[in-house]
Amino acid sequence: MEKETKLKVALIGNPNCGKSTLFNVLTGLNQSTANFPGATVDKKIGSAKIRNSSGKNISVDFIDLPGAYSLNAKSLDEKIAVELLTDKNNPDYPDLTLFVADASNLKRSLFLATQIIDFKIPLVIGLNMMDVVEKRGMEIDTELLSKKLGLKIIPISARAETGIEELKMAIVSANEVSSKEIFYNEIPSEKDDAQQTIERYRIITEIISGCQKIKSKKDEEVFSSRTDKILTHRVWGYVIFLFVLFLIFESVFVIASYPMQWIETLFIFFSQWGAEHLPKGEFSDLLVNGVFAGLSGIVVFIPQIALLFFFIAILEDTGYMARVSFIMDKVMRKFGLNGRSVIPLLSGVACAVPAIMSTRTISNWKERLITIMVTPLMSCSARLPVYTLLIALVVPAKKVFGFFNMQGVVLMFMYLIGFLAAIGSAYAMKYLIKSKERSFFIMELPPYRSPRWKSVGLMIIDRVKVFLFDAGKVIIAISIVLWFLASHAPGNRFEEIEKKYESQDISRIASEKLEASYAGILGKFIEPAIKPLGFDWKAGIALVASFAAREVFVGTMATIYSVGDETNSKSIREKMHAEINPKTEKPRYTFAVGFSLMLFYAFAMQCMSTLAVVYRETKKMKWPVIQFIYMGVLAYVASFVAYNLFK
Amino acid sequence: MKQIQLVIFVCMKNGKHLNTLAQLRKGEKGIIDSFTDVEVSLKLLEMGCLPGEMIQVKNIAPLGDPIAIAVGGYTLGLRKAEASAVVIRPA
Repeated sequence: MEKETKLKVALIGNPNCGKSTLFNVLTGLNQSTANFPGATVDKKIGSAKIRNSSGKNISVDFIDLPGAYSLNAKSLDEKIAVELLTDKNNPDYPDLTLFVADASNLKRSLFLATQIIDFKIPLVIGLNMMDVVEKRGMEIDTELLSKKLGLKIIPISARAETGIEELKMAIVSANEVSSKEIFYNEIPSEKDDAQQTIERYRIITEIISGCQKIKSKKDEEVFSSRTDKILTHRVWGYVIFLFVLFLIFESVFVIASYPMQWIETLFIFFSQWGAEHLPKGEFSDLLVNGVFAGLSGIVVFIPQIALLFFFIAILEDTGYMARVSFIMDKVMRKFGLNGRSVIPLLSGVACAVPAIMSTRTISNWKERLITIMVTPLMSCSARLPVYTLLIALVVPAKKVFGFFNMQGVVLMFMYLIGFLAAIGSAYAMKYLIKSKERSFFIMELPPYRSPRWKSVGLMIIDRVKVFLFDAGKVIIAISIVLWFLASHAPGNRFEEIEKKYESQDISRIASEKLEASYAGILGKFIEPAIKPLGFDWKAGIALVASFAAREVFVGTMATIYSVGDETNSKSIREKMHAEINPKTEKPRYTFAVGFSLMLFYAFAMQCMSTLAVVYRETKKMKWPVIQFIYMGVLAYVASFVAYNLFK
Repeated sequence: MKQIQLVIFVCMKNGKHLNTLAQLRKGEKGIIDSFTDVEVSLKLLEMGCLPGEMIQVKNIAPLGDPIAIAVGGYTLGLRKAEASAVVIRPA
């Protein structure tokens, strides 16, 4: 057995330099996400085994640092990079830094690179986008540049996956600090920041002169300019943006419905099989009606979540998201937000947790805080299961204008209403929160590129994993607790019910048992508070459980409606559809009830993880508390109005 | 909140008439001369907007603000308020 050597390598570079692509190429599926100690920034770690020249296997841990333009530590992202690179006692302090330079923007890349050289950390430069440079008709003499900087420079293309082997070899064999100290020594420290920056650029210009040659001038910008003409057009720009959003929601609903049906069928098959073949008793009951029912409520939404992230990843990868920020900045500013708030708000459609983390790119505290406060109003993927179930229940699958599916239109409306509530609340907070800090919008608009399917795929896998395991754990745990509460009652109430009907009317017994159970007692307890909104005690149980996480609703309803159902031959939608309101003798789930319930889920702050993240990002208890209250009030009022309007 | 709002900035230097970046129309070019705001200048300098560098207004957002400029081989979006802190001399 040869001894394994472990190497820690930090990846750093400008935003849009292809750093994440390279990270994915180097580490593939061996990635995990953790938090930097003391900070909320996601730390992506990926591992790879690299065989060095003497045939020894070296395992390398790559740490993906946030993109930055300089180490002057102004934004939170930059601060994290600086802290990691300067603190030798940091557990993540790297043995080596892999700097990803954008060859098509060499000067700006070297600005950050030379700052890192000044920190005296062993550095290897991966000169990315060499294919783009070639297409532009330019040539870079990497050997000369390498000599001048005193470190290894490997020309690569992360997209085309060229030069990767050479880069890996350089990583495992390099560990020297650049012998050059030119930068620090030549920049007089008494000069102010602006002069230092100009000075550093002057030295860089000197270094790269002679390394860069222009063979033939080609205007490769034509495509981006032409595309910009349409996508940022005063009318078409917004029309296209709305159409893109609409397309996403329609396909999330329509395309995902097929695999969802298969999953539903599969689960019905399994729970029927379980009900028939497992020995009768407490444990089988727990397995089938507790764990299994909860599980089906999670797995069934994987197609929708995967599709949603598929689209979000593509929008970000192609450079379209940056254009959306660009055309929306002036509008967003009116609401106390920033063009950069568009990305967190749109990511909020997937999940508020990473979305709130992505507000770190907004340098103005007030704009950032408002973005954090309103992002959870955007309809996240956890609400999607709730909407899906309720829309299917109360909205007919009719065609509108002979083309659009009515259910898709209602879904789009729910997303729209979340967005309107978000910017409305932002507008109010603009006047409530005081700040003297100036607001900026300085943002690179990267050239349009075709999406990298590997990155898109990895992002989908990553997010589905998070949903399945992180949210899944909570959902399963709550399902088990609920199963217990729903299938047990204080005293001998169950026996009394059984005696009363003498096992003639099984469904009657089941429903009376549920009412008598602990869960029923809890639901009945809060029923007076939610009755004005049109909810019964069964929905009340789900509502209480949902305060841990919204997606628990479906699992809870599935569990509640499964308890006592011996055959389990129907899906949860069919069971809820068949539910009769004893007072009106009509179906319990009318449009008014369904819509009111959807509005409640659209506005209420029912997510522990989001509240925790808001606390971590704002570092004050005050903000998550305010958020919880204002969203709760909004939810209650909206549901109350809607129910009484449509009743 | 006080913000530098589109101050129409015309200054005289060496007898030449100088504009700010905010005054350039779409497609027009200029050379960065100096900055009138420290905070803005630091952000722009880091990103390679150096005095002497040629810039061109590539695009103006549909609502008139922000603008997109070509600088040092890439495209940068910035608000007019920030652009008005960049003094330009004719290319």
